[in-house]
Amino acid sequence: MRFVDEFRDQAKAQALSAEIAALCERGREYKLMEICGGHTHTIYKHGLEDYLPETVTLVHGPGCPVCVIPTGRVDDAIRIAQQDGVIMTSFGDLMRVPGSTGSFLDANARGTDIRMVYSPLDSLKIARDNPDKRVVFMAIGFETTTPSTAMTVLRASREALQNFAVFCNHVSVIPAIKAILELPDLRLDGLIGPGHVSTVIGCRPYEFVATDHGKPFVVAGFEPLDVLQAIYMLLMQLHEGRAQVENQYTRVVPWGGNAAALDVIDEVMELRPTFEWRGLGFIPHSALALRERYAAFDAERIFDLPGVRVADAKVCQCGEVLKGAIKPWECKVFGTACTPETPIGTCMVSTEGACAAYYNYGRLSRRRVRVGET
Amino acid sequence: MTDERRVLQRIDEFRRRKPRITDDQRITSSHGAGGRAAHGLVEELFLKAFRNPLLEPLEDAATLDLDGSRLAFTTDSFVVSPLFFRGGDIGDLAVNGTVNDLAVTGARPLYLSAGFILEEGFPIKDLRRIVASMAAAAERAGVQVVTGDTKVVQRGKADGCFVNTAGIGLFEREVQLSATRARPGDAVVVSGPIGDHGIAIMLARDELGIETDLSSDTAPLTEPIALLLDAAPGTRCIRDATRGGVATICNEIAQASNVAVVLDELRVPVRPEVRGASEILGIDPLYVACEGRFVAVVDSVQADAALKALRTHALTESATLVGHITADPPGLVLLNTEFGGTRVVDMLVGDPLPRIC
Repeated sequence: MRFVDEFRDQAKAQALSAEIAALCERGREYKLMEICGGHTHTIYKHGLEDYLPETVTLVHGPGCPVCVIPTGRVDDAIRIAQQDGVIMTSFGDLMRVPGSTGSFLDANARGTDIRMVYSPLDSLKIARDNPDKRVVFMAIGFETTTPSTAMTVLRASREALQNFAVFCNHVSVIPAIKAILELPDLRLDGLIGPGHVSTVIGCRPYEFVATDHGKPFVVAGFEPLDVLQAIYMLLMQLHEGRAQVENQYTRVVPWGGNAAALDVIDEVMELRPTFEWRGLGFIPHSALALRERYAAFDAERIFDLPGVRVADAKVCQCGEVLKGAIKPWECKVFGTACTPETPIGTCMVSTEGACAAYYNYGRLSRRRVRVGET
Repeated sequence: MTDERRVLQRIDEFRRRKPRITDDQRITSSHGAGGRAAHGLVEELFLKAFRNPLLEPLEDAATLDLDGSRLAFTTDSFVVSPLFFRGGDIGDLAVNGTVNDLAVTGARPLYLSAGFILEEGFPIKDLRRIVASMAAAAERAGVQVVTGDTKVVQRGKADGCFVNTAGIGLFEREVQLSATRARPGDAVVVSGPIGDHGIAIMLARDELGIETDLSSDTAPLTEPIALLLDAAPGTRCIRDATRGGVATICNEIAQASNVAVVLDELRVPVRPEVRGASEILGIDPLYVACEGRFVAVVDSVQADAALKALRTHALTESATLVGHITADPPGLVLLNTEFGGTRVVDMLVGDPLPRIC
């Protein structure tokens, strides 16, 4: 299949693997973070670590939209869904995220009508087909999905739909990267940058990583060869003593981003003063809310929400996983009390969550490439 | 032993524990998805209540010994949405599904029952169409519908039409097929391209706006299975890869036989349309349901003969050797990926494609 097979080519992977091993200095450990959960998924789904020297450690970052949703926001969403005449729509991987009284699936078993959609625009069709109900779209995600939520609000506004609203939980990736880089204990050598977010925001916003923190940063695509090449590019920068923002995903990501998409976001949404992230706590200017002029579509203004901060389960170490402080399997409940079936934390729910990716695909003792072997 | 290894061992112990079913829980869509939750429900609730030696093996059909005759007996319900789709409808699905559950035990399917739960307002025209396709499917499979039942519920209490079928088959050969019989060295065969049915249903719902010529693979597997058993009497186990797909079947075999099933991604036959749609949907074709495909574990010495025999039949002309059984790691399915890496293929959690059969 075109655009897929050529990015999964074994011969190319082997060649790249040899070059990566050759770039690694003997006795030096490399710690690279992939920001985006999509990359974590790719790494485990294709068994990419089989191609890496054991001295290269991939640390999983906070870029999984479902993972960073705090419990309180899930509870708020369920509260909205429980109101009379509400149909809530949501992306599929949110359905099993645990709130303090269970997930959307559990809520449905108790009578709510929360439906899975593939696009926020599908919610408008449901709203048109159910004029006696109010349809609320549970909007989550980084800049990748924000433009489509904003477009949906614009379209609803143009159609003057009276029975559609958005529960906006969109977050921004840059403040999260800043928060990660300011953590005292995390010694990263380089970062693999999010690919699809960058199609919207471009590569310039990452320049502080290189200039202020002196770390190489490579925006990467989501096929396994993309990620392997990005690792090679990071190691090359380290080898040459450079720290720059580079773009591996040039077939999709324009350096300057997508101005039209950014305009749509800016038209509909504004930065919140602060927003809670699971694991990372409150981060200022890290999330978006609907602007006043779209208040008619804003579930937070329409419904009376508890909006309380709910502490995560004590045993759950999602926060440490999201910060890259521990590997998924180092969490005390990983794979025992917390599994994809009985998730305690969000990282075990989403396919992009590091715990779910490791549990579903990665539970193996691997033979790793030795530095100097090739 | 490294810490990671110790953790993996602990996880393995937990995985082998049965999921708990408690009274404060409620049924979710996961319980119908053929994955871990469904297994938990069957083992912890139904098996506990009905426990007997005939039910206990939890194979696709029970094997009954009656006065010297060996019979296979099974039942299946169908709630597919939409009722009509490219390549079939709920009617032929209901016949083929039960026929195949009998055929994979090695029995010859003979008699079916048909139960209908109909919603007030359901068009007779549609019911006639469903029943006609059941009749045609029964004729094709060489079975007769010999008893039935009809119930009508109020509008809004069922989604148009649900169908249940039960079936009886007769063992005409000495076979003991079981998911517990896979041994290291055995070959793993898939009878044709996987995932056609699930993706065809998904596309028939028209939520994605993708158009293809893809049809459901619903078909009776009695004839190809007879060919397989003639050519490879050392066949250990046959399972039709319905809900949960090939991945789930392989996990069941790995766990029941306490072996590893090792699959080669590049060998697994998947049509480009199925692969493309799966990539877009973010699902793995290994988990997508088929309604006319099976997975067989065959003594490796007879693998070539098995493939040769299967490829003489139109329904299994692209049967493929997709992997093999190894001793380690017991209870797991591993995939050698197209990319050249390795990964685990676990039981399905949740239901990516609800109501596909």
